[in-house]
Amino acid sequence: MASATQKAVGGTYMSIGATKATESKPRGARGPGRAGRIANLESADVEFINVTKTFNDANAVDDLNLRVEAGEFFSLLGPSGCGKTTSLRMLGGFEDPTKGRILLGGQDVTNLPPYRRDVNTVFQSYALFPHLNVYENVAFGLRRQRIEKNEIKRRVGEMLEIVDLPNYEKRQSSQLSGGQQQRVALARALVNQPKLLLLDEPMSALDAKLRRQMQIELKRIQTQVGITFLYVTHDQEEAMTMSDRLAVMWHGRIEGMGTPKDVYDSPTTEFVASFLGASNLLAGSIVSTSGSRTTIAIDGGGTIVVPADHVPDLGGSTAVKVGVRPEKIGILPADAVVASDHNSIGGRVRVSTFTGVGNQYIVETNLGVEVTAYAQNIGHQLAPRSGDEVILSWPVEHTFTVKPLPTTVEINETEGD
Amino acid sequence: MEQLVPPDHAGGVAPRRTRRVGRALAPYLLSLPSGLWLLLLFLVPLVLMLSLSLKTCSPSTGACVMAWHWGEFSSEMSLYHQEFITSLYFAAAATVVDLIISFPIAYWIAFYGGRRKNFFLLMLLVPFFVSFVIRTIVWEFVLSNNGVILGALKHIHLLPSGFHILGTSYAVMAGLAYNYLPFTALPLYVALERIDRRVLEAAYDLYATKRVGFMKVIMPLAVPGIFAAFLLTFIPMFGDYVNQEILGGTSNTMIGTVIQNQFLVTLDYAGGASLSAILLVVALLGIFLYARLLGSRTIEQYL
Repeated sequence: MASATQKAVGGTYMSIGATKATESKPRGARGPGRAGRIANLESADVEFINVTKTFNDANAVDDLNLRVEAGEFFSLLGPSGCGKTTSLRMLGGFEDPTKGRILLGGQDVTNLPPYRRDVNTVFQSYALFPHLNVYENVAFGLRRQRIEKNEIKRRVGEMLEIVDLPNYEKRQSSQLSGGQQQRVALARALVNQPKLLLLDEPMSALDAKLRRQMQIELKRIQTQVGITFLYVTHDQEEAMTMSDRLAVMWHGRIEGMGTPKDVYDSPTTEFVASFLGASNLLAGSIVSTSGSRTTIAIDGGGTIVVPADHVPDLGGSTAVKVGVRPEKIGILPADAVVASDHNSIGGRVRVSTFTGVGNQYIVETNLGVEVTAYAQNIGHQLAPRSGDEVILSWPVEHTFTVKPLPTTVEINETEGD
Repeated sequence: MEQLVPPDHAGGVAPRRTRRVGRALAPYLLSLPSGLWLLLLFLVPLVLMLSLSLKTCSPSTGACVMAWHWGEFSSEMSLYHQEFITSLYFAAAATVVDLIISFPIAYWIAFYGGRRKNFFLLMLLVPFFVSFVIRTIVWEFVLSNNGVILGALKHIHLLPSGFHILGTSYAVMAGLAYNYLPFTALPLYVALERIDRRVLEAAYDLYATKRVGFMKVIMPLAVPGIFAAFLLTFIPMFGDYVNQEILGGTSNTMIGTVIQNQFLVTLDYAGGASLSAILLVVALLGIFLYARLLGSRTIEQYL
């Protein structure tokens, strides 16, 4: 039965969607496939339950709890050493968790070796087999599963079509460009029709232009094949462009999780606010809450109003940081009247930089802190020059609050992992 | 770059030209010492040896005259083809033994040596800091009829009292295998060490078990190293005479022993030189074969 099912649905990826709709196997249903591998073709959900990984007494991953839904494009985003690659490697079976469990499609895979998991990986360095040509690279996984020869030929051909590399079968991997190697690595993983595809910074070796092109391509392929993608990157733009949801990791913990828009617009921690995009953060303390509005006194003087439901749990303390994204700030002349339900700060423009798509202003505010504001280049706003007195104003709902970091911690955005 | 420099005008030509000439000569000047070294100590002796093989020498005085005696090669071969075959057999067998012994060692150091890889490599090499001849003589003690091993085994009656190894082909092959082990182990180590671990992980990710990963990834990627190890071990073994002299008997003479005898005992310089030339051709054939099969670039990584 299971093998018949496998044959029936072992066809093109285009047909998977249809199969899914009609078949609707219970999640985690376990076919007798080869070597006890789980033989159904649905994408699987992933669950990390209290997973900790310790290297030399340091927690690379610290009590991670994460759930990725089936069919989702999920990104783990964070600076180098934040534990995102370690998490991915534990899911692939290359590292054993020190503590905790990992579930794939409801099944505990914590102690399964990589070859027993219905998971395939696109490695950071592609890790193509240097002694095999493109065809054999892509066919490697299928051969290990003892798939019939003609079937292998058909599936490899089809997959090379999907990644836009037809007629490259005989090329050696050393004869391919970075982008082509990356697509072979993708085809080599996807051709096995895994339930989950892991991608470990697959674009880090590509130049910016190719990277953007591949981002669109990857999202297209993910939509086409419909399986779960777990994408690890330090590039916030990449993560936000492609992901359905993302998690920002830092020091082995998840600092913020949600849709890119949610995480960007309402960051919950100071780290997320500064790592994901640019933020203006002003230290202050909570004065009062009335209705849906909380008033915060800024350390340098003045008050800012924030939506009450955006105030995080401060654990008894009133110290808080108020943030606003530079592009949410409107720049008004010094004598303008601030609209209702807006926050405002007066100041003097210190630097005005034209960036093509807009103007970036660094404004020395009356509170003694510098605030960065950003105005799009659409031609009809005020374009103050440095030295001009201005009022910065933004809607209350675009103001967020985060719990301040205990001490001043360096947040660097370095490459690699 | 070139376009940015304004074209030369009459005044500035002279100093700039001398500087250019100097710059053009620099690589040649820098390679002069090593070039001379190679010419005087490598190429000249080689040519002398090859020309010597075509001369006829007086057996009494040892004086040689160029006679373009091409027949020397065929007559030497008809005289000593048995020794060539013996050498071929000993060297091939000992090389295979070395490959079998070194592969697990090199594999273990490369994959499981961790931070102490260099220490393990050093341990592998330590015995070879001792002179070649002395090492072989020690083996003579080890293998001697009533020595450490055979004596003990005979004492507990595991071996008959007449049993001996010294003087047999096995003693020569054992000595060869022992003496040339690093020549096999090091290229194998280099080949295994440079295998990208991520490629291996990719194989496991693509449903390869440890065994399949070894057969389908490690072995194919180690092939150039295995071939290099074979050449590096086989070629010097082929011309070796010390092991046969010390550990072998009278019936299993290797070609190296013949050459040594011709130069130092019978003073047949032409004969020794022509046999050496044949040895050289065999070695070149091996390297040629390697280059054809695996590409010339891979050789440079090991030799």
